[in-house]
Amino acid sequence: MALSKLPISRKILSLGPILLLYISVLNEFDFNYLNFKYFSFNFPYILIFYWSLKGEGRLSYVLVFIAGLINDVVIGLPIGISSLTYLLICGFAVYLRNITLRPSLVKDWFFFFFTILVTSSFFYSIIVIFFNVKVNYYNLLFNVLYTFLFYYFFSYIFGYYLNLLRRTND
Amino acid sequence: METNRDDFIIAIRSAFLKKGTKQRFSLVVLIFFSLTILFLGKYDFKGINILKSGLNEFVYRSTFIISIPENFVKNTYNLTLSHINLYNDHKKLKKDFNTLQAESLNNDFIISENKILRSKIEDIVDVSSEILAKVLVDKQSPFLKSVIVNRGSKHKVKLGMAVLDGEFLIGKVVEVNYRTSRVLLLSDLNSKVPVSIEPNSIQSILTGTGQNVGKLQYTQLDNLDLKKGDQIYSSGSGGIFKSGIPIGKINFIDDNNESYVLFHSNFSQLRLVKIVLYENLD
Repeated sequence: MALSKLPISRKILSLGPILLLYISVLNEFDFNYLNFKYFSFNFPYILIFYWSLKGEGRLSYVLVFIAGLINDVVIGLPIGISSLTYLLICGFAVYLRNITLRPSLVKDWFFFFFTILVTSSFFYSIIVIFFNVKVNYYNLLFNVLYTFLFYYFFSYIFGYYLNLLRRTND
Repeated sequence: METNRDDFIIAIRSAFLKKGTKQRFSLVVLIFFSLTILFLGKYDFKGINILKSGLNEFVYRSTFIISIPENFVKNTYNLTLSHINLYNDHKKLKKDFNTLQAESLNNDFIISENKILRSKIEDIVDVSSEILAKVLVDKQSPFLKSVIVNRGSKHKVKLGMAVLDGEFLIGKVVEVNYRTSRVLLLSDLNSKVPVSIEPNSIQSILTGTGQNVGKLQYTQLDNLDLKKGDQIYSSGSGGIFKSGIPIGKINFIDDNNESYVLFHSNFSQLRLVKIVLYENLD
């Protein structure tokens, strides 16, 4: 029996995306120490969008909500703002899933761009207008752009992982 | 056309209102819940503060543990860089040392004179408490520049206390939990500190830029004689920090006469910091 077919391996594999989400919000791996000017990307956005779109309900909304709360605490944002953004991304992804007949990575990719533009605008409007937090708009713009670019790369990795998950469940 | 609109509404309704088979709540319930938390947090609702405080303690410790592998990579990267730059650093330090040796001869006299003068104007001169803290979490996001330290209200940390890296001012405490605190760094966009620019004692406000430099406000007038290399100290206005804490030096003046400050301390290399409360003990 292959190791990946064992029930415990199957369980761990199916928890992979949510574990990765929690590690990413707790760790914020952002490569800031490399001191690349304006370089940053939002890995949780990519992960949440992809797994809400393709993950067949594996990403629990409640756990996404809690991940958002943790992200707010780690970064020091008003509590609840990341949860709201993450859930909106889930909503956009599920909407895309509902209207898609023939999936295509490029279409997903551009819809992801639209999603992060809308949710990031919403996110920053709230923190600037209601919480008077100042934001560097260049950072915001580059963050959105890099997140968009990295989606294509990560979708291949997640796609491979998803295939592995499906094979273990067969 | 009508069908398209119906499809759109059905897809939206299905995405936000319908509870999926593997989900406990629908999206709209959780979105409403997030908005409620945000709204109550905005008005300092006690329950939300308790939730936040509890989460802070748990999350900061977890972050510290989970960041260990990344910190290892980061430290190895910095160590490698410092080895590569060793020869140049040595040459520079040798030159600096000679200059400092000459200057230090005058310092003792100036310090004692300064103490006498400050006591005459009743400036804040005494450090009433000094707490050494370890940086637990150094997640400087592109939007907020702050660090978490392992000292909190249990160790008598209070809001607004100054935070120093060695002798250099790096920020102030903006959030206090039981055993941890958040320090807002001077590089954050929301940080504003009254400063004095020497040698001409020009008063200004130093704001963060979100990058590794600060910007001086209200110094755009042509008759202010600012030069690259001018030193920036805390001015002591407002009574939070004592005057004369070194912060950085002017690194660059652009075409609009905007002055940018290079901090003495490297905020990405903070390990141990001092949290200090300045009071006039008299």
